[in-house]
Amino acid sequence: MASGGSGWRTLPPGGIIVEPGSSLRYKTGTWRVMRPIINQDKCVRCRMCWVYCPDAAIIETDEEYVDSKGRRWNRTYKVNYDYCKGCGICAEECPVNAIEMVPEVK
Amino acid sequence: MMGSQPERFKSKFRGILDIPREERFVSGHRLCAGCPVGTVMRMLTKVAGKDSIIVNGTGCLEVSSTPYPYTSWMNPWIHVAFENTGAVASGVEAALKVLKAKGVLGKDVKVVAVAGDGGTFDIGLQSLSGMLERGHKVMYVLYDNEAYMNTGIQRSGATPWGAWTTTTPVGKKWKGEWRWKKDIMGIVLAHRVPYAATASPSHPMDMIRKFEKALYYTREGPTFVHVLIPCTTGWRFDPALSIKVARLAVETGIWVLYEVEKGKFRVTHKVRKRKPVREYLKLQGRFRHLTDDDIEYIQKIVDEEVDRINKMAGEEVIGPVEA
Amino acid sequence: MAARGEVRARPKPMSTNSAVAAAVKDLDVDVVSAYPITPQTTVVEKIAEYIANGELEAEMIHVESEHSALSAALAAAATGARAFTATASQGLALMHEILHIVSGLRVPLVMSIAMRALSAPISIWNDHSDLMNARDSGWVIYFVHTAQEAYDTILQAYRVAEDPEVLLPVMVAYDGFVMSHTVEPVVTVGRENALSYAPKRPFPYKLDPDNPVTMGTLAGPEWYYEFKYQQVQAMAKALEKAREADREFERRFGRGYGVMECFMCEGAEALVMATSSYATTLKAILPEMWRQGFKVGLLRLRLYRPFPIREFTEYTSNASSLVVVDRSISFGAPYQGPLASEVASVKVKEGLDFNLVSVVAGIGQRKMEEEDFKALVRLAWEARSRKYPETIFYGVRE
Ligand SMILES: Cc1ncc(C[n+]2csc(CCOP(=O)(O)OP(=O)(O)O)c2C)c(N)n1
Ligand code: SF4
Ligand code: SF4
Repeated sequence: MASGGSGWRTLPPGGIIVEPGSSLRYKTGTWRVMRPIINQDKCVRCRMCWVYCPDAAIIETDEEYVDSKGRRWNRTYKVNYDYCKGCGICAEECPVNAIEMVPEVK
Repeated sequence: MMGSQPERFKSKFRGILDIPREERFVSGHRLCAGCPVGTVMRMLTKVAGKDSIIVNGTGCLEVSSTPYPYTSWMNPWIHVAFENTGAVASGVEAALKVLKAKGVLGKDVKVVAVAGDGGTFDIGLQSLSGMLERGHKVMYVLYDNEAYMNTGIQRSGATPWGAWTTTTPVGKKWKGEWRWKKDIMGIVLAHRVPYAATASPSHPMDMIRKFEKALYYTREGPTFVHVLIPCTTGWRFDPALSIKVARLAVETGIWVLYEVEKGKFRVTHKVRKRKPVREYLKLQGRFRHLTDDDIEYIQKIVDEEVDRINKMAGEEVIGPVEA
Repeated sequence: MAARGEVRARPKPMSTNSAVAAAVKDLDVDVVSAYPITPQTTVVEKIAEYIANGELEAEMIHVESEHSALSAALAAAATGARAFTATASQGLALMHEILHIVSGLRVPLVMSIAMRALSAPISIWNDHSDLMNARDSGWVIYFVHTAQEAYDTILQAYRVAEDPEVLLPVMVAYDGFVMSHTVEPVVTVGRENALSYAPKRPFPYKLDPDNPVTMGTLAGPEWYYEFKYQQVQAMAKALEKAREADREFERRFGRGYGVMECFMCEGAEALVMATSSYATTLKAILPEMWRQGFKVGLLRLRLYRPFPIREFTEYTSNASSLVVVDRSISFGAPYQGPLASEVASVKVKEGLDFNLVSVVAGIGQRKMEEEDFKALVRLAWEARSRKYPETIFYGVRE
């Protein structure tokens, strides 16, 4: 961990972090034992999983999606597995059960 | 120095799609899987926006969000110690005020303080009172997981009756906590703050509007939002259920969503028919040892509290328990 | 603003507490956050007066404790303001946790200490127990011995603290009552001169939405040590910068003190080391003692942290003995005067050769008359050829 730039001469003082949001470099996805899978056909784009996820691990994009019934959506929700800890809140809270938790295979 | 604002508060958040997409409390923090503090901080920072300084007391949130060299905060953020969140927020606010008056700082910057129940009900109560009494323009968010979680689930003044914690264990003589939760909202309101509210992550729009309103009212003085945080680790339940447990707290009347705006009390989320407290309690390992009598006792106390709330509201805002 | 010559010509009567307040005013401090405690209180009262009548534009935070006083001052400085606080005794003890956090976060601010004994039994009177309790908290510490020096040192303190190469908090300490409440003539330099000498240099890592920092992080075993070592380096820098600040002060205003002062050292065979008001008294009696044949000099410790080893070594090089007068007790320590313990370590470290005598005196402001100071001078003289291995508790009743 203590690699280049980690000596006392180069670090900002006082343990102060000058790079906001640097925890994006720390991937909590490794914690996961269950993996949420979003069924894009079932998803009604209600935004609830995105709101509730404590880890901001549901990504909302403006990507278009046409489901099997021909319905066109202009938003898409995807899981960011780099950070998803597999807590299962999204699956529990999804009003149409569009998210399934499956065991993580390592 | 109370500038009387003619304009009225109007929420920017009419629907769920109004919540900004941009994250200001980002991924990579080390809160437990399923910890709703993450949800609450995401929503809080989205409401507070870029021009807010966050002051954070010692606790789960602080350690999980800033293990060097990683920070999950996009806002300027300061943590000093456990018992002084109110004082640190006061110092930040006073500095902003004078720097603005002297023309050094050109814009309005808001101050948001965040601390746990231990840091607010107990060790930080004095500095909180000082901040409220002096009228600093700070929004203080109390995230209440009903124990000292960061140090390993020790009871605090916020721990409810009957709850197991590591310092109120269940044994031959002790059966968990034997005192009632301190009335922190009563204490805060005694300081005559312009705005105070309770909130729950299970009701995000209600919570977001309260954050927004609390920030709005900082133009008049200190404001306070008390958020219930079901803690998967300390309350002993499946992490997937955090939001469900929070919702049950509201649906059983254990956690009433209300606000006090310029002295006016209002329940913001009415509950027509209450669920029995048993439904809330039975999901949580910390209440596993409770007997039927104990649960009945808790139900009775909650009924009394609901009565009191309904009287204050002047109508039945929280209904009877479903048969 | 009055011109230099003019202000110098018109000293005003001020207690040390008032002199500190005047410096705070001249330095245009932005935030003052303090709590009342004897004998510090009049510093804050005076500042409140300045703010109340518009002579100083500052926010005063009427905190509910010293713990909050320092927390709020830290926060204000971290937000980019120039901040000040003052305390003594129990107040400094209550701040203890935050003392380490201010220096650990490298936030520059200045605090004055009207030194007072610690409870129990409760004593409002002067000794140095409060300050000594705080000496390892990572603050730069000055002892001052006149009201004038207090004013001047507050100016120097901000210059050193806010130096981007230092970034450390500074304490300016003086004897409670004996100095805090005693009026002396003081020359002030005025705001323009004060700010030109010590221009505001806001914390470079300040809380700023346009440049967001995270301050007060959790550092694991693989990081913590480097931040502590940075403090070691910052202290070394502070010594250089304090010397420079004093030289520059002298150049501008005609008054300099050095980081350590040696008074009547020329030809002295023995030395007494003292701080604050004891140094003032010794200065008054030494000429007479010399006339009586006691060639004893005064070593006045002014900058205490960082310890000025170079000056100490130079000034003690010709002395056969050194009496170190401590105003507090380090219970159970080898030398029970904490300054004596440090001098003993410098002695070994630098290979110095003098007889060291540890004297504890004036505990809880136990009266020290002129005669007593003369006795200390005679003791130093004696000690040239005699060893005193144990700490002498001067003036305690049997
Ligand atoms: C003065 C002091 N005493 C004790 C502690 C140890 N400590 C750190 S966090 C904590 C518990 C925090 O509890 P709470 O405020 O409820 O927040 P939570 O961890 O539950 O989120 C304690 C006791 C401390 N940091 N400082
Ligand atoms: S499982 Fe939990 S962490 Fe993963 S996306 Fe769903 S809510 Fe977020
Ligand atoms: S212990 Fe509880 S409050 Fe703390 S991070 Fe874990 S779930 Fe959240």
